[in-house]
Amino acid sequence: MKMVKIIVLVLLVIFVGIQFVPSERNQSNLVPEADFLLVNHTPENIGKLLQVSCYDCHSNNTEYPWYNKIQPAAWFLEDHINEGKAELNFSTWDSLSSRRKASKLRSIIKQIESDEMPLFSYTLIHREAVFSDAEKKNFIQYITQLKDSLSH
Amino acid sequence: MKKVSITTAIFAMAFVSLTAMSCKDSEKEQSKAQDNYTEMNHDSADSGMNHDNMSASNDMMDSNTQSSDAKQVLADYMALKGALVATDEAAAAKAGRKIETSLKGFDVSNYTSDQQKELKDIIDDAIEHAEHIGKSEMDHQREHFKILSKDMIDMVAITGTDNTLYQQYCPMYDKGSAWLSMSKDIKNPYYGSKMMTCGKVQKEIN
Repeated sequence: MKMVKIIVLVLLVIFVGIQFVPSERNQSNLVPEADFLLVNHTPENIGKLLQVSCYDCHSNNTEYPWYNKIQPAAWFLEDHINEGKAELNFSTWDSLSSRRKASKLRSIIKQIESDEMPLFSYTLIHREAVFSDAEKKNFIQYITQLKDSLSH
Repeated sequence: MKKVSITTAIFAMAFVSLTAMSCKDSEKEQSKAQDNYTEMNHDSADSGMNHDNMSASNDMMDSNTQSSDAKQVLADYMALKGALVATDEAAAAKAGRKIETSLKGFDVSNYTSDQQKELKDIIDDAIEHAEHIGKSEMDHQREHFKILSKDMIDMVAITGTDNTLYQQYCPMYDKGSAWLSMSKDIKNPYYGSKMMTCGKVQKEIN
């Protein structure tokens, strides 16, 4: 029993200790000119889906949940956001060539179709980010249309 | 006191589970395991690649000389295609990482500035797909292979090819998908043994 107490104490000290390690915040107030919604004049209903379900990890602006103030949750989020943005950043959409855009759009369709995105660990907490069947259909239709409008 | 230890236990559990949830680490381990696996059964994929390499260097006499970098990328692509035809996920992942390296080392300085711009664009796109092929499951690998194939077709249009290539096409996979092959015979990389001969030669590229 003494051993358990020591272990718990050590974990507690670690837990408190890591609270002092800062993590980077992904936030900016400006709407960048290259933003996906802006460049494509995305209709509001689709735009809302993107903002609610995708933009937290795939743009330069994250709406942080309360637990972002607690480590190691903040690290976990930071990691996801960095990875998400590296893969696809809607804030810098227009900096991509049409080939890259077509590629990204194709991947977006696949990810949404196969329910791989939004991530399960994200929708677990953000229930509103889950696509309904109708939303999914509309969304895929819109992205497909956008893809076909590009020459590639 | 009991309450305190329960609370701390909960904190500890939360900490451990969050740490364990960090998906990056598990991914790394997975790819490590894959590496081991490919090391073991790499022979078959290798011989396929050598074969492609040999035929690639066979006729250097053509006036339309393809740069060695372009040749390497194409050889890696053929190895990747072979792995997909064989439905060998580990070999395909390895081939994906190989072509990723070759693409990153592609020196485009010998081309005109317009061509350079186009090639860089193609290469950037292809690298991304190669990366995904290097760490994904077979289904994903094939999805990315489709777009990688488009990139390769566009690349060859600029770099030319010393060998005759066959642009082949399967109307069934994802509303129709093309790929490049060194041989006229159809060996479908999108379905493998499930539909090995589905497809036709769309174009001969010299």
